[in-house]
Amino acid sequence: MTGDDSERLITHVRSALERDRAISIEGEASKAFLGPRADGELLSTRGHTGIIEYRPDELVVTARAGTLLSELDAALGAENQMLACDPPHFGGKGTLGGAIAAGFSGPARPWQGSVRDGLLGVELVNGYGERMQFGGQVMKNVAGYDVSRLMVGARGTLGLILSASLKVLPRPEYTRTAVVAVDRVEACSRSLNLLHKPFPISGSCYVDNHLHVRLSGNEAAVEDASETLRADLEVEESFWDQVRDHEHPFFHGSRPLWRVSLARGSCAYSEICQEQLVEWAGAQVWAYMDDTQSVIELGEGEHATPFRNVAADSSKRIGTEDKYVRRLKAAFDPQDIFNRGMVV
Amino acid sequence: MSNPRVLELFRAHLPPQSIITDQAAVRPFETDGITAFRERPWVVVLPETVEQVRSVLQISRDHDVPVVTRGAGTGLSGGARPIRDGVLLTMSKMSKVIEVDLDACTATVEPGVTNLAISDAVREHGLYYAPDPSSQIACSIGGNVAENSGGVHCLKYGLTVHNVLGIRVQTIEGEELVLGGKTYDSPGYDLLALMMGSEGMLGVVTQVTVKLLPEPPDKRVLLGVYDDLPKAGDSVSAIIGAGLIPAALEMMDALAIRAAEEYVHAGYPIDAAAILLCELDGVASQVESDADRVSDIMKAKGAINVRTATTEEECELFWKGRKAAFPAVGRLAPDYYCMDGSVPRYAIGRVLSEITRLSTVYQLPVANVFHAGDGNLHPLVLYDANKEDELQRAETFGGKILEYCVAVGGTITGEHGVGVEKLDQMCLQFSEAELNQFHRLKAAFDPGALMNPGKAVPALARCSELGGMHVHEGKVPHPELERF
Repeated sequence: MTGDDSERLITHVRSALERDRAISIEGEASKAFLGPRADGELLSTRGHTGIIEYRPDELVVTARAGTLLSELDAALGAENQMLACDPPHFGGKGTLGGAIAAGFSGPARPWQGSVRDGLLGVELVNGYGERMQFGGQVMKNVAGYDVSRLMVGARGTLGLILSASLKVLPRPEYTRTAVVAVDRVEACSRSLNLLHKPFPISGSCYVDNHLHVRLSGNEAAVEDASETLRADLEVEESFWDQVRDHEHPFFHGSRPLWRVSLARGSCAYSEICQEQLVEWAGAQVWAYMDDTQSVIELGEGEHATPFRNVAADSSKRIGTEDKYVRRLKAAFDPQDIFNRGMVV
Repeated sequence: MSNPRVLELFRAHLPPQSIITDQAAVRPFETDGITAFRERPWVVVLPETVEQVRSVLQISRDHDVPVVTRGAGTGLSGGARPIRDGVLLTMSKMSKVIEVDLDACTATVEPGVTNLAISDAVREHGLYYAPDPSSQIACSIGGNVAENSGGVHCLKYGLTVHNVLGIRVQTIEGEELVLGGKTYDSPGYDLLALMMGSEGMLGVVTQVTVKLLPEPPDKRVLLGVYDDLPKAGDSVSAIIGAGLIPAALEMMDALAIRAAEEYVHAGYPIDAAAILLCELDGVASQVESDADRVSDIMKAKGAINVRTATTEEECELFWKGRKAAFPAVGRLAPDYYCMDGSVPRYAIGRVLSEITRLSTVYQLPVANVFHAGDGNLHPLVLYDANKEDELQRAETFGGKILEYCVAVGGTITGEHGVGVEKLDQMCLQFSEAELNQFHRLKAAFDPGALMNPGKAVPALARCSELGGMHVHEGKVPHPELERF
């Protein structure tokens, strides 16, 4: 089912404004495990779906917020293309709007960019009930402030996203995953090397004492790189979707799972804990930890957030220790109707 | 309009050589790269430390004095044009490379460091900073952040927003915002992305951490020659549609080709209707196979000739004409007016036809030189300001081009920024609600409207005239810089 449900969504926002009621925006709720949804009337984007425009030779797709990521993947795949940012489909689900609001990226992030990097424009309804368009479908656009990218990771607190345009990439002609059995220290130094080498890399993951490096490009280039990495094992390509979507067996644990964002090149993960899966050439670590503070010493800008199996979870909240965050929220949503309670 | 009390406070916080009030010495600062917009500031301050920047901001705020931040002054939209009663805060003395982190492949620098100096500082390690605006020899990284600068290679490597990992910003209210760093993300709103391209309206950048990339081991440039402009346009879509992402993909039309060839003798075919320059980089085997595919596509789409440069010298020769295109076109007429519209690639052919039609209507020649791979056009409207009403016709013509760019789903500025130059066209592109949202967003950081007031976002009352980049007698500031 595809359809334009924007009139109903906008009407609901305006009505909520008049009645001074909060709105809790929801797509497929694929990230519900992050914590309870915001206070207020449920406003679902699930009826607002469908690709509005897709021109493969433009490398851009524009779709409504409720469009399933799987539907996008299928449409792009039919043209041998893919989303550059590769956001996770937790539980096999997820919508475009949710991917933007959450801002999570898949294993290719250091090499192909994030949702924020691939986002070209959004159409949204602000907390005045106004329908607005920022950015667009063109690759280069410096007219006005970059409101589109501000929406990424804002957890729906600045407005209701109606549609978005994202950059797409051609699917690589050939992909191979090079796997080497190495200990943590060795994995670390090899991971660093991945940033230095002009190899056609499109993902890295260290788990179960094996470093996996996805190589994508033409066959000769991939094979050359694979040889240089001295790969002795291989895995199926589906391994990467499993990692991205947290379906890899590593994610089946029941202890508190933390996401740790480390500086490029810090290698600190070797000391974090035993149970970990490491992506992004060492910069994104998934770790089972009962108490993060006692275990990790984080450097400047590095941060750890509880992700799964954590009861009192604040990870999805936007902190307002910073007055500029409070003011920005007020600039978009003065009555605090969108996802109330998520900006605290 | 001198302000003795403020000047006294500046003198108490900054060394004497960092404060300029002498009118002759202030003069070089009265414009940025676009000389049509001039204003002499009553004081120019050149802080050497973050502490001094903070003092300047605090004093200005306490006395309600507007602040215009300037990097190297190479911008092409008047974003750094001073304000008569304002302070011109020039960041050029803060030009130290603070740290090169070879493990992280990052460089952390002060805002006055030039774009090219970053790559120069890390070249010995086989690394470089990818965004390469044409003014990269002179433009500063702080200014690149303010404009979200692109460059010829942003088709593959992205804009400033994709290559900066962290910045430090001083706000007019006295806070330091540490945004990003060496991590790939930070909790909360993405203020780092918001600062990119914010044209000095929200704060002052005092430190920048950029991502460094390994130098591609191999590079080739293809030159496709066409006897028909639309065929060249079709080739652009076909190359991208075939799944190839060239490092750069640039187009020139007949007038631009002839002007460039006469000027620098790059070996371009002067009877061609269009040429396409396509640079491919990466590992050798990939570059080789991509080059073959691009060549085949160009021929299939009607290129009458495709030449390939493989050595550094050959590649440079191919690029020479493209890089000299602006000054070369500048020799054809006393004045030219450069537009910066950005459109979807599929609309390039349509937009070019419309520009040709408008050229007849307004009876002014136009040369087209552009970043075809990104759909970023730089039509150069030729005119003579000394002839009656030619300037006005050129401006109307330029305005019509931008209107058409917006109508086909594009934007009024792809990379030069709004500044003061495109304030009017902002009214074309954005609704009242959207412009109001921009104003509220600015007020969140600068409630007193002291940071670069009157730039980037038009007041709602203003939506009338059209503007553009005017170059008289080929005299641009920094004539030594390449402009493309």
